Amino acid sequence: MSKQENSIVAWIDKRFPMTVTWKAHLSEYYAPKNFNFWYYFGSLALLVLVNQLLTGIFLTMSYKPDASMAFASVEYIMRDVDMGWLIRYMHSTGASMFFVVVYLHMFRGMMYGSYRKPRELLWLIGMAIFFVLMSLAFTGYILPWGQMSYWGAQVIVSMFGAIPVIGETLSNWILGDFMLSDAALNRFFAYHVVTLPGLIVVLVFVHIVALHQVGSNNPDGIEIKANRNPKTGIPVDGIPFHPYYTVKDIVGTVVFLIIFCAIIFFAPEMGGYFLEYNNFIPADRLKTPDHIAPVWYFTPYYSMLRAVTVNFLWIDAKLWGVILMAAGVAVFCFLPWLDRSPVKSIRYKGPYFKIALTLFVISFFVLGWLGTQTPTPLYTLLAQIFTVVYFAFFILMPWYSRIDKTKPEPTSVTK
Amino acid sequence: MKIMKFFLAVSAVLLIPCFAVHSAVDVAVDKAPINIDDKESLKRGAKSFVEYCLTCHGAEFMRYNRHRDLGMSESDILGQLIHTGQKVGDLMESAMRKKEAEAWFGVAPPDLSVIARARGADWLYTYLRTFYRDSSTVSGWNNLVFDKAAMPHVLHRLQGQQILSTNNQKDEQASITEKLEVIVPGIMTESEYNDFVIDLVNYMVYLGEPHATHRRELGEMVILFLFVLLGFAYLLKKEYWRDIH
Repeated sequence: MSKQENSIVAWIDKRFPMTVTWKAHLSEYYAPKNFNFWYYFGSLALLVLVNQLLTGIFLTMSYKPDASMAFASVEYIMRDVDMGWLIRYMHSTGASMFFVVVYLHMFRGMMYGSYRKPRELLWLIGMAIFFVLMSLAFTGYILPWGQMSYWGAQVIVSMFGAIPVIGETLSNWILGDFMLSDAALNRFFAYHVVTLPGLIVVLVFVHIVALHQVGSNNPDGIEIKANRNPKTGIPVDGIPFHPYYTVKDIVGTVVFLIIFCAIIFFAPEMGGYFLEYNNFIPADRLKTPDHIAPVWYFTPYYSMLRAVTVNFLWIDAKLWGVILMAAGVAVFCFLPWLDRSPVKSIRYKGPYFKIALTLFVISFFVLGWLGTQTPTPLYTLLAQIFTVVYFAFFILMPWYSRIDKTKPEPTSVTK
Repeated sequence: MKIMKFFLAVSAVLLIPCFAVHSAVDVAVDKAPINIDDKESLKRGAKSFVEYCLTCHGAEFMRYNRHRDLGMSESDILGQLIHTGQKVGDLMESAMRKKEAEAWFGVAPPDLSVIARARGADWLYTYLRTFYRDSSTVSGWNNLVFDKAAMPHVLHRLQGQQILSTNNQKDEQASITEKLEVIVPGIMTESEYNDFVIDLVNYMVYLGEPHATHRRELGEMVILFLFVLLGFAYLLKKEYWRDIH
């Protein structure tokens, strides 16, 4: 390193904490050395976010947020814009893959107790990101203005209409019209390209700041900061994030990109799951499709919405469905206080937790699958049963996590 | 590690039903034997499409000059595909006015640019072969996979006229067209007409996503590159992690 370079760094450091930030967050941020497969999804979520932001900018250059032009402008991007098809598929595949990595990232947290003290706030910030992500997905899906965009949005907006007294006024206020129309398309476009991306970037930044304040959890669920080298003060089980995890995450990134690109180039519709077939028909408010199904990442919650079929306590079935659906998403926020186990990680938890988590995963997948199907009496019954199983995982947690037989935690991380 | 493998296995098994193909339509249809790489078939399909479909339907997201992908020169395109005095860079618009179409058919014929992506090739292949005479409908035609379709059988001079078959043989393996029988023959034999429809459907699949072939070709290069990159990334990681125990 030459003297001149050093002096440039010193010049900047006097005016901006460049070296300090680099050290605190990368070269001297100590992460547990035992991260496994499940620890790739945080950095991958960041990668997909950047992908969405960049491809989104290019899509915005050619997309027309106008009910009479939106559908055609998407096809214009697909045909006449140079490499427009690639940018559009990167964005549409990115939307689904965002949910894949975020669901896996959340599942990691549930397995290893990453929501437990001192990471409660980190978990809550993560949940806020999840809510914004869902809003982004919803507002983005409207933009191509196909049949599923239109009728899917109609279903979501009608949920606000189910709220007593203010419901109708509220849904008119959201839509800016008495029905889903150009006014709604314009405002959803504004949310999708300005408000929500801004919000998610800020929240992701705050999420990382909070993570670096408390330090990363690990598959053993023990605090590496509790076991420091007496001379250096560095955690014995910690290694600098850079270069160790940067080079490791590059491997994870490339593996992810292989899967991501395989979808983009060979199956961009993903069998109708990432791009629904009905969305290749322009929105028509006079023709309700026979079968309205949201994109796969919303289907577990869509199943909960449809599972309630009886009125109960002066509240009608539809509103109960909406309440249940919202609760199904929000209930994750309570995890830090529901878990009463003396240990964090599934490695040292007992059979009750393992069974409960397995049942939860099964119910999530079954509800997801049911959400793509046309309801029949049997499917509705299944949706009801698995909605109960889904919520039981959370509601019964204070009880089963306390009486479960746990194993003692090690003092140092294991492989 | 055991737990991780267990959860991976459980998730993998549970994912299987999710990736069973999400079918576009629920009626039984014949499999369309199309080949998107067969440029001669696509060219024949393009000519038929312009001649028979574009009079009522539009394909307004597609430009004529895109057909250069199929190996057609601009003069080929002008001579063989454009019969309406449009320019080679123009969009493939319908020859019919929307208002008139609504008056004649009750509903304006839909744009066909991405119809193959919405309906699927198999549905289109079956639809175009299963029109039959039905005196109860306005047009006098009905269709096995699209009940009371507003579209009359514009290709009946080629295929001939069919009616619902009276002998109800229940053979599950048989083509759906077995349910129909020809009463007035057309100018094509059954196999000639099938080939005609195959070319037409093949073209409509191309029309739905003109860049599909390029997409797959580019994809092979990208995936190949990523596998090479993976090798280097792995070696780099291994080198750095040598001193971590």
